[in-house]
Amino acid sequence: MLRNAWLIPLIPAVSAVLILIFGKRLPGKGAEIGIAALTASFAMAVASMVQWVGEHEPREAVERHFTWFDLGGVDIGAGIHVDGLTVMMLVVVTFISLLVHVYSTGYMNGDRRYTYFFAALSLFTASMLLLVVSDNTLQLLIGWELVGVCSFMLIGHWWEEQANSDAAIKAFLTTRTGDVGLMLGVITLFFAAGKNFNIENLNRMAINGDISHGLLLAGAALLFLGVMGKSAQFPLHVWLPDAMAGPTPVSALIHAATMVVAGVYLIARVYGVFWTGFSIGDGGINLIAIIGGATVLIAAALAFVQDDIKKVLAYSTVSQLGYMVMALGVGAWTAGVFHLFTHAFFKALLFLGAGSLIHAVHSNNMSEMGGMKKYMPTTFWTFMVGSMALAGIPPLAGFWSKDEIINGASHGYELFMVVGLLGAFMTAAYMTRACYLVFFGKYRGHGHPHESPPAMARPLQILGVLSVVVGLLGTALAGHTWRFAHWVRFEVPGAKEIVEEHTFNLTVATMSVGAGLIGIGIAAGYYLRNTFPRGMAERSGVVRTGYKVLVNKYYLDNLFIDGIIRTIQYPIAKAAYWINQKVIDGAVNSVGVGARKGAQVMYDVADQKVIDGAVNGAGLTAEEGGIVLRRTQTGRVQTYAAFLFGASALIAVGLVLFT
Amino acid sequence: MYLNQFLMLSAVLFAMGVYGVLARKNGVLVLMSIELMLNAVNINLVAFGAFNNTVAGQTFALFVIAIAAAEVGVGLAIILLIFRNRASVDIDEIDAMRG
Repeated sequence: MLRNAWLIPLIPAVSAVLILIFGKRLPGKGAEIGIAALTASFAMAVASMVQWVGEHEPREAVERHFTWFDLGGVDIGAGIHVDGLTVMMLVVVTFISLLVHVYSTGYMNGDRRYTYFFAALSLFTASMLLLVVSDNTLQLLIGWELVGVCSFMLIGHWWEEQANSDAAIKAFLTTRTGDVGLMLGVITLFFAAGKNFNIENLNRMAINGDISHGLLLAGAALLFLGVMGKSAQFPLHVWLPDAMAGPTPVSALIHAATMVVAGVYLIARVYGVFWTGFSIGDGGINLIAIIGGATVLIAAALAFVQDDIKKVLAYSTVSQLGYMVMALGVGAWTAGVFHLFTHAFFKALLFLGAGSLIHAVHSNNMSEMGGMKKYMPTTFWTFMVGSMALAGIPPLAGFWSKDEIINGASHGYELFMVVGLLGAFMTAAYMTRACYLVFFGKYRGHGHPHESPPAMARPLQILGVLSVVVGLLGTALAGHTWRFAHWVRFEVPGAKEIVEEHTFNLTVATMSVGAGLIGIGIAAGYYLRNTFPRGMAERSGVVRTGYKVLVNKYYLDNLFIDGIIRTIQYPIAKAAYWINQKVIDGAVNSVGVGARKGAQVMYDVADQKVIDGAVNGAGLTAEEGGIVLRRTQTGRVQTYAAFLFGASALIAVGLVLFT
Repeated sequence: MYLNQFLMLSAVLFAMGVYGVLARKNGVLVLMSIELMLNAVNINLVAFGAFNNTVAGQTFALFVIAIAAAEVGVGLAIILLIFRNRASVDIDEIDAMRG
C-alpha cells in the first residue's frame, strides 16, 4: 500500500473531472462522486498508516520516482515519499475532507453552483494530497500553488457579492507575496543541493554540513516567507480572517485543518534546512520562533474583540498556527506536528459547528445568537467539546499537544514557554467568551433556530468524539508502537538524529492547565457580569470591586497620570519655558535672519538662472522630440509588426555579415 | 535524413506567415498567419531535435503548441469583442491607440 500511495491524490483528481463532466446529470448533483472518491482515498490512507505503523523499526521511508524528462542532466519528474509524517497528513486530509464533503451536502443544499463547489473541493483535496506525498520541492511547489488556486475559487464561491470576491483576491495576492519567496527559496536550494530537487537528499546535505551555512540561511529565510503567507503568520496573517467570506465547510477544510498547515508541513518536511540554517540546534533565538510567538499573542488578542463567530475562529486558527511554527522554531518537531494533527480535528469541529449555527440563525454575528443551547443540543455539546479541546483542558486533544509544545520550549527557550502559557490563557478566555455569547443568555436574533439536518450533525458528533481521544495518541496509553512520537519522526538516512524527545513534565502540564483554567474563569466572570446586569456584580461586593478594578485597567492609568506625571510635570515645564524663551529663541532668530539673506542670494542666481533654465530646456526638448516621434505611433498593429520584422531582418543580416 | 528540406519548408511557411500578418486586413486571418509562423518554428524545433537525437526539441514544440492555443484563445476573444463593438474586424480601422 505504501508503494501505491500515489493513488491517494489521483482518485480525488479524477473525481473532480468526473464531477465537472457528469455531475449535473446525477441525482446527487455530483456530491456522491466526491464522497465515494474520498471514502476510497481515506480507506487507502488508513491502510497506509496501519502498514507504516506495523513495520519493524527502524522503518524506512518509501521513495518512488519517475522521470518525465531530463533537461541537461537535471531530472524533472514526479515521485512519492512516504514516511510517518506523510501518512499522518494523508489520513488527516482525507478524513477531514470526507467529513466536509458529507457536511456540505447539507450546508450547500440548494446552492446555485452546488456541483461546481464539489468539483472544487475534490480538486483542492487532490492538490493538498499531491503536496503531501511529494518527494521533491518542485512537485511540492506545484501542489502548493494548486491549493492556492482552489482556495481562491472557494473563498470567492459566492462572488456575486463584491466583498467575497475582494476577499478571494486579497487571500490570493497575500499568499502570492510569500510564494515569491518560496519560489526563490526552492531555486536557491536546488542549486545549493547540486542541481537536485529531492527533499531527502536536501535534508541530508543540510544536516551533514555539505551546504554552506550562508546559502542555507538564505534558502530557509526565503522558504519561510512562503510559510508566512500560506500559514498566515504575522504580518502576512491578514488574509485569513477575510477568507471567512467563503462557505463555512470551506473554512473548516481549507482555512483551519489543511491548507493553512501546508506551511507548517513544509517546515517539518525540510526541517534539516531550517534546523541548520537558523541554527535551531544551538538554542539561539531565531526568526521562526519569534514570528511564531508573536503570531500566537497578536492573533489571540484580536480574537477577543470580534463579533463574527467565524472571525473569532479565524484568529484562533492564526494563533494556533503560531504555536506550531513556534514549536518548530524551538526544535520541538514532534510537538509542532502533533499539534497540527490534533488541531485539525478540533478546529474543523469548531468551524463545522459554527457553520451549523450560521445555518440556523442566518447570521455570522454572535450578537444575533445567544441561548442556542436550548435550540441546538447536538451543536452545543460538540462545540463545547471542541472549545475545551482548543482551550487545553485535559484529557482532550488540545491539552496533550499544547503541553508538548510548552514543554519543548522549556528546554532552553524559556521566553517562548512564557509566550505559550500566555497564549493558553488567552485562548481559553476568548473561547469562553464566544461560547457564552453564542449558547447562553437570551436569544437575540430573529426567526426560529432549529437543529441542523443529520448530514451536518453526524460529522460534528464524529469529530467531537475524535477531539476527545486523538490526544491520547501522544501519551503512553497508545502503547509503544502506536505512540505518535514513535511513528511520526524526523529521520534522514545517512544523517544524525536532530530531533530530541522530551518526556512528559507534570509541572509544565500543571502550569498550562492552570493558565487555561484562569483564562476560562476570568472570561466567564467578566462576561457573565458585564453583558447582563442581573449577574453577580450586583450581588457580590467582592466581585464588584474586582470588576471595577478591571474596567479601570487596575488604576494604572490613574497612577501614572496623577501620581507620577503631575508631580514632576510643573517644575520641568517651568524650567523648559525659561530655556525656551531666553536661549533657544535667540539662537533660532539669528539663524533665521542669516538663512533668509543667504536664501535670497541663492534664489536670484542659482535658482532663477541656472536651474530654471535647465528644467525648461529639458521640458522643451522632450516636447519637441515627442511631436516628431508621435508620427511613428500610428496605432496600427501592422505598422508595428512591419517595424519589428524589418528590424529583425536587419539584425539577422548584420549577424550573418559580421560573424 | 536531410535537415535542409525541413528548414526550407519552415522558411517558406514563416515567410507566408509574415506576409499574412503584414498585408492582410482581416483580424482573423492575421491571427491565422501568426499560427503559421509558430508552426514554422515548431517544424524547426522538431527537425533540429531529431537531427541531434534529443527530445528537447519536441518538448519545446509541445510548449509552443500549448501557448499558441492560449494565445489564439485570447486573440479570438479580443477580435470577437472588437466585432461586437464596431461590426468589423478590419484591423486598419483599429487605431484607437494612435499618438
